[in-house]
Amino acid sequence: MWQVRMESNSPVHRADARVKVTLTLAFILFLNMAPHQAWPIYILFLTVLLSMILLARMSIWRVIRRTLLVTPFILAAFPLIFSGPVPHLSISIFGSDVIKYSPEGLGRFISIAVKAWLSTSAAIMLTLTTSFPDILTALAYYGVPKLFIAILGLMWRYLFIINDEVLRMMRARDSRSAVTPCTQQVGGSLFWRARVTGSMVGSLLLRSLERSVRLYAAMLSRGYNGELFTLEANALSHTERRILSLGVLLLGVLWGMSLFIGD
Amino acid sequence: MFFAPVLSRHPMHIPDGFLSLLVSIIFWMISIIVIRIALRKTNQTLDERQVPLMGVLAAAIFAGQMLNFSVTGGTSGHLLGAAIATILLGPWAAVLVMTSVVIVQALLFQDGGLLALGANIFNMAVVGVFVSYAIYTWLITLFRKQSWGMLFAGFVAAWGSIFVASLSCALQLALSGTSPANIAIPAMGGIHVLIGIGEGLITLGALAFLFVAQKDLLTTQGNIKITNKGILIGGSVIALMLTVLSPLASSHPDGLEWVAEQHGFLENAREALYEFIPDYVMPGISNPALATIAAGILGAIIVFSVAYGVARAEKRVTKGKSLRG
Repeated sequence: MWQVRMESNSPVHRADARVKVTLTLAFILFLNMAPHQAWPIYILFLTVLLSMILLARMSIWRVIRRTLLVTPFILAAFPLIFSGPVPHLSISIFGSDVIKYSPEGLGRFISIAVKAWLSTSAAIMLTLTTSFPDILTALAYYGVPKLFIAILGLMWRYLFIINDEVLRMMRARDSRSAVTPCTQQVGGSLFWRARVTGSMVGSLLLRSLERSVRLYAAMLSRGYNGELFTLEANALSHTERRILSLGVLLLGVLWGMSLFIGD
Repeated sequence: MFFAPVLSRHPMHIPDGFLSLLVSIIFWMISIIVIRIALRKTNQTLDERQVPLMGVLAAAIFAGQMLNFSVTGGTSGHLLGAAIATILLGPWAAVLVMTSVVIVQALLFQDGGLLALGANIFNMAVVGVFVSYAIYTWLITLFRKQSWGMLFAGFVAAWGSIFVASLSCALQLALSGTSPANIAIPAMGGIHVLIGIGEGLITLGALAFLFVAQKDLLTTQGNIKITNKGILIGGSVIALMLTVLSPLASSHPDGLEWVAEQHGFLENAREALYEFIPDYVMPGISNPALATIAAGILGAIIVFSVAYGVARAEKRVTKGKSLRG
């Protein structure tokens, strides 16, 4: 169902979360710092990504399928093809009709699409190979405030429980709003449907508030006094440091090279 | 993957690659400052029971975004949740809750990028909450006595939070040179005028339900006293600025492009670097095409040798294991 982390024992899965978080961020940062239309560099970044996927023994299709979520947003950059910088070239379709497009803009559009796809794939790799508590420990290590880590950790713990609750509510609604073949409309008027959904949200929030009160009582009974304890991460080992610095260096070199290639 | 509909429907989560580095960094900085203030304020004013409350409510809003109702055809109305969180929890706690929601969406479901996360937090957690708070507070004080005043204020606050946040998103895209302002702003704003109505109706329904089910929730916590003058002013200013600025920017896209170019100092720096370094890096290769190919080959060699080395090391480890085992 909520396929978040894929269990496996590959070296990528076993690696320290701090290393993975840092390298993923470095990958995305350097890739996005690279200029537009630096095609060879994009291929090199892709190579890095693919070797990581292979190393993690994951299915490439699984990663690709998840990246499809980004595709609708690419529409936002679509107008660049026509509004990009001059010179505008024209292609004729059906003889007399002419479409004017900017080759520069087209290049930018494809660059943005490629960068978005690569960045998303890198983020997916991080998610698929690292458990969320590990990511949180890494974030705490990098100085994200304890209170915030605690909120995120609790949110993570209750996400699936509340998700199930939402699914039950939706199933209850569906089973009470049958559709006849002649009327495709489900339920009453638009306003009525919106109100029902609103009531569901309201009742979800109310239940969650009550749940948080119970949770607080449970925490109190286990000695919670406002003090937050998080797992202390041990120091990075020598090898981990070496992998980390080598990886960042490699990505930095790729970026450096992109400066000579892109436009 | 049943959660796909949850993820693919917010046209407001900017993926990586769409924002320029400068815009990403600026909005990361603004968001971090606001989150820091929010953490300090919640630490000061609220008791320790707020931690479980905020954690569970963040999970509830995340999951509640799945709740939708069909409008027409394939479109549906759904919830983002900034307004209802603000009304229930007050602005600072709502900032933290919405930030958590946006972070989990980006980290776990790639709904929004990591570099663009700062901008996404700014749009949905900062702008969304501040604007909701400002609108809700103004309208509540305006219709103080009427019981429908609260519902009306909730509807408008929810609609406004979505609309203004979408304008902010469009401006970020335009500033990054990704989407021309005269297209991005009307398109984003236009879609979200409608999406905002869905948000408003759901918020209205939720408030009506809570009003019946547990009225004190809305009168004690929810009936926001004007104690947060800063947010009230901040939210009003954001709302006014964005609604005034956006039509201006979209009718004069050249102005915004000019700003984008002026601010593109990274580009300039890159060009300076380009003029400076060639003498050092690839000596002997004067042909730019050849230099490109050489750089590409060099890069490929580096990448493959690293990948090969890692694979070798891995193979050795598994071999050693299988021998022993």
